[in-house]
Amino acid sequence: MILSEQKPFDEILGYLEGEKNVFILGCNGCAQSSGSGGPQQVAEMKQKLAEAGKNVTGTKVIDFLCEKALVKSGLRGKIDEVAAADSILIMTCGVGVQAVAASVNKVCHPACNTINLGGSRGEWQGSERCQECGQCLLDYTGGICPLTACTKGLVSGACGGASNGKCELDPKRDCGWELIYQRLKAKGQLDKLRVFIEPLDNSKLMAKPALLSTSRYALEQYDQEEKVK
Amino acid sequence: MSLQSELEAGKFVITAEVGPLKGTDTTEIEEVAEILKGKVTAANVTDQQSSVMRLGSLTVAHLLAERGLEPIFQMTCRDRNRIALQSDLLGAWVMGIKNVLAITGDLPALGDHPQAKPVFDLDSVQLLWTISRLNAGYDIVGNELKGKPDFFPGAVVKVESDTEAAMELQLSKMEKKIKAGARFFQTQAVYDVEHFARFMKRVEGLGVPVLAGVIPLKSAGMARFMNKNVSGVFVPEELIARMAEAEDRAATGIEIAANLIKDLKDLCQGVHIMAIGWEKRVPQILDAAGISS
Repeated sequence: MILSEQKPFDEILGYLEGEKNVFILGCNGCAQSSGSGGPQQVAEMKQKLAEAGKNVTGTKVIDFLCEKALVKSGLRGKIDEVAAADSILIMTCGVGVQAVAASVNKVCHPACNTINLGGSRGEWQGSERCQECGQCLLDYTGGICPLTACTKGLVSGACGGASNGKCELDPKRDCGWELIYQRLKAKGQLDKLRVFIEPLDNSKLMAKPALLSTSRYALEQYDQEEKVK
Repeated sequence: MSLQSELEAGKFVITAEVGPLKGTDTTEIEEVAEILKGKVTAANVTDQQSSVMRLGSLTVAHLLAERGLEPIFQMTCRDRNRIALQSDLLGAWVMGIKNVLAITGDLPALGDHPQAKPVFDLDSVQLLWTISRLNAGYDIVGNELKGKPDFFPGAVVKVESDTEAAMELQLSKMEKKIKAGARFFQTQAVYDVEHFARFMKRVEGLGVPVLAGVIPLKSAGMARFMNKNVSGVFVPEELIARMAEAEDRAATGIEIAANLIKDLKDLCQGVHIMAIGWEKRVPQILDAAGISS
């Protein structure tokens, strides 16, 4: 289970500035149980965006946006609606946003922040990783997380240490920022590189004690212990 | 004249670099300071370069200031969180340090303490932004300072990139650094003047002085090593061949560096000589380049 919460609506509207048509994607997995991106929240978002003057070309709630194969098959009947949109608003965790951004050649906006539960859980097949930072930056980076794709977790751009696109730490590992550059270029979003990101709120990178004492967390822990046995 | 006033006056500026050693013996630093004083405008003090633990840059920058050599305090984000960075900046100002070069820093995995926990609470752009906040009289969360610094912040940029992405990322980050407060740039070592001219053409509109990096070659092996291992350094084959054939390698290395400085003189606002162990030969290089102090 990955816990997420919706970003403030103004922040979402900021991402959509200059765009008229938007397609909304929700997730029947963790985002539904988080109350951040299930069928009900997608319907509410559609209405709020319409009230804000946006044209919602379509919506779809898919079982597990973190699974790229399910993203692609889930969108099969929606190709025209996605094509008609300027961008996709994705109402799920950081893994799901990254999986969609990697699967669909459209500008992708995150609608949620992923809340830290003290360590990533959930099982997905792809290479997407979310650090549950609680201040999702994927809108600025083409849907590739700079915290997990860059070995230094830099948010302002490449450090300059890469050689031929590979990280200086490991010649087999791609420079996360070069991947971000390629993705932004492919999506016509290179202007995002100009955005200054203020220092992150690292207090959100740790789970709040209140969250760690919920029954949901206890159940997960129980599950883990059972597996070990 | 100070670094800031020389750059603002449009003078061709020479800076050098002092690398603190591991330990408490400061004899060599003091000797180098004595030699460089009057020959260069300012000297960078590296901050645990290559993630190798040494005497700190704040201390050594203070030492240089005391001895009359204007320091450029290099500050990386590798070892300090935002509280320590801001506090050390305030300390630097109190100790008479005006210039700060803001750098993200290498990964600890590349140094002599690979077990260390990397910090990177801020990065170079955010550190510049932090310095600008302190200059304005506030810490980064908006609390007012009692007494504020007036730093002259600088940053680094790489001239040579091996991919389009790396090049564009360097340029967009350079612009970000300027917006965050960078008032001058020092570059990674330059050996190809044509490449450098092309780079300067692309950044000329930014209006911030650029000091080209110069590392004197000591041997052909050193040049090949840098080509293979140091990102952003490109020594042309022709220079490597000259070093390989040289009878007096030191003299040839100095001559190459001096010629580079002569060629760079018309292209940018200064040079930054990173002598890496040859600090005492910097005056010789400058003489050969025809630069009088």
